[in-house]
Amino acid sequence: MKTRLRVAILMTPPTLTLLALFVIPLVVMALFSFRAGTFGAQRDIFTFEHYRAYLDNTVYHNLLLRSAWVALETALYSVLLAFPVAYYLAFHAGSKRFSLLTLLLVPAWTSYLLRVLAWKIMLSSGGVFNAALLALGLVEEAKPILLYTRGAVIITLVYVWIPFVALPIYSALQRIDPSLLEAAADLGSPPWRTFLKVTLPLSLPGVLAGFFIVFIPTLGEWVTPMLVGGVSGSMYGNVIQDQFVRALNWPVGSLMSLVMLGFVLLFLLLFSRIGRLSDLAGV
Amino acid sequence: MRKITAPRHPWLASYYWLLAFFLYLPIIFLLVFSFNDSPVLVFPLKGFTLRWYAGLLDARELIASVWNSIWLGLGSSLVATILGTMAGIAITRFDFPGKQAFVGLSALPLVIPYVVLGVGLLILFDSLGIELSLWTVGLGHVVINVPYVMLIVAARLAGFDPSLEEAAMDLGSNYWRTLRRVTLPITFPALVSAFLMSFTTSFDEFALSFFLIGNETTLPVYLYSQLRFPSRLPLVVTLAAVIMVVSVLVVVFSEWLRRWGQPVEKSSEIL
Repeated sequence: MKTRLRVAILMTPPTLTLLALFVIPLVVMALFSFRAGTFGAQRDIFTFEHYRAYLDNTVYHNLLLRSAWVALETALYSVLLAFPVAYYLAFHAGSKRFSLLTLLLVPAWTSYLLRVLAWKIMLSSGGVFNAALLALGLVEEAKPILLYTRGAVIITLVYVWIPFVALPIYSALQRIDPSLLEAAADLGSPPWRTFLKVTLPLSLPGVLAGFFIVFIPTLGEWVTPMLVGGVSGSMYGNVIQDQFVRALNWPVGSLMSLVMLGFVLLFLLLFSRIGRLSDLAGV
Repeated sequence: MRKITAPRHPWLASYYWLLAFFLYLPIIFLLVFSFNDSPVLVFPLKGFTLRWYAGLLDARELIASVWNSIWLGLGSSLVATILGTMAGIAITRFDFPGKQAFVGLSALPLVIPYVVLGVGLLILFDSLGIELSLWTVGLGHVVINVPYVMLIVAARLAGFDPSLEEAAMDLGSNYWRTLRRVTLPITFPALVSAFLMSFTTSFDEFALSFFLIGNETTLPVYLYSQLRFPSRLPLVVTLAAVIMVVSVLVVVFSEWLRRWGQPVEKSSEIL
């Protein structure tokens, strides 16, 4: 009985907070997708019209697909670029590895907006890349070759995510019992084979966690594409944002947001089958 | 700890430093331009100046937004730390029905795209007739930080044997006293670290704040509004340089705190 009281006292405030500020907003949003309009009397009329229009709207479908593709590429490149570093830190960095790992994590905790801004400037015509290309004589004049493209969005997002991907891969690699690797070597396995048959499979939980850590939030990304993506780099999240800020069509925005939420939950469910959800938190 | 049996890989080390350079590149870039004597942010550099730093002191709106962000960060992190600690203690020290469901649900704000949560909260506040302000942004920041705090606290507590607390209670201390005198002191470094992490997140948060902000701006929202005016970019960049240096210091300190006093074997596991 005492235990129940203690649990009740400890759990009631966090649970209520989560309900009031997380669950209820999402429910209210879901209900809003059935309303006819954003304001006044329109708001009290319920309709399936938005759903019908949405199903027929191939622009939205393509955009969602394209966003999923951007998220996929971003997640893939992040994992590929982060893996060797995680590997190095786990097996070859010796006693310095904590400091070296922290060194990688520090930029990730500085302002996201400002780092994206820095990329925007770096990718622009006066930025470092054009300066480098000019200096090398590869281009005749300065022009923004990357800014306002899908490529710019992916580069910036990969940049942002690498440390968050390196972390779970590193901890998965670190959990590998060194005696397994020694045993493989004693039995005459060449290092590349040990890597493919032992290290890589055992690191998979970390690799998967890293992949989903990037993939899921990137699906709904809107700040980075807005700043560096231009028209060709714009994503599904940008349209949702637009429905709420400029077009002021909240019901359609809610519906799109709901679709996004559905996909996110789907991928989370997928991940929860193969990994631990708390791995996604990166704590 | 671990015996290094594998041969050294100089190319792996080089790759590490290349990637580290890549990660620090934007920060270096902003720092360099904050001292550049030119109103446009292009190469080649024009010469050294401190006038942008001097200019920061006169930018009233900017300073107001910095203060807003600081108060917002302190308030929302305090609330998030209290709520997250309660949940963190409950999930590591007790078994109760619905625990798994709660842990699963509370992990969602960590991964859900902020645009979804942002518009959800926007609609909720609008439906209730709550005017948007720093308070509404603060509520949003509490939601995204509670799970973080919970996991950091839970990780810390998992590294300590519950028998410490049991011993205190066997010796006649009641539960709440034990919590105050044993559990919380054990958790303290994690609490401070979680608070600082929450503060950093809140201070920097834009994707969610954008939907919930009223007339008063936070620093990221203000910065965003300035991006449209090219003439103000040097000032923004200079401010960016200052913020980055400060947040680097805060993060290094809080990481150090998180490790401090952690049993050695466990700390590497939790990370």
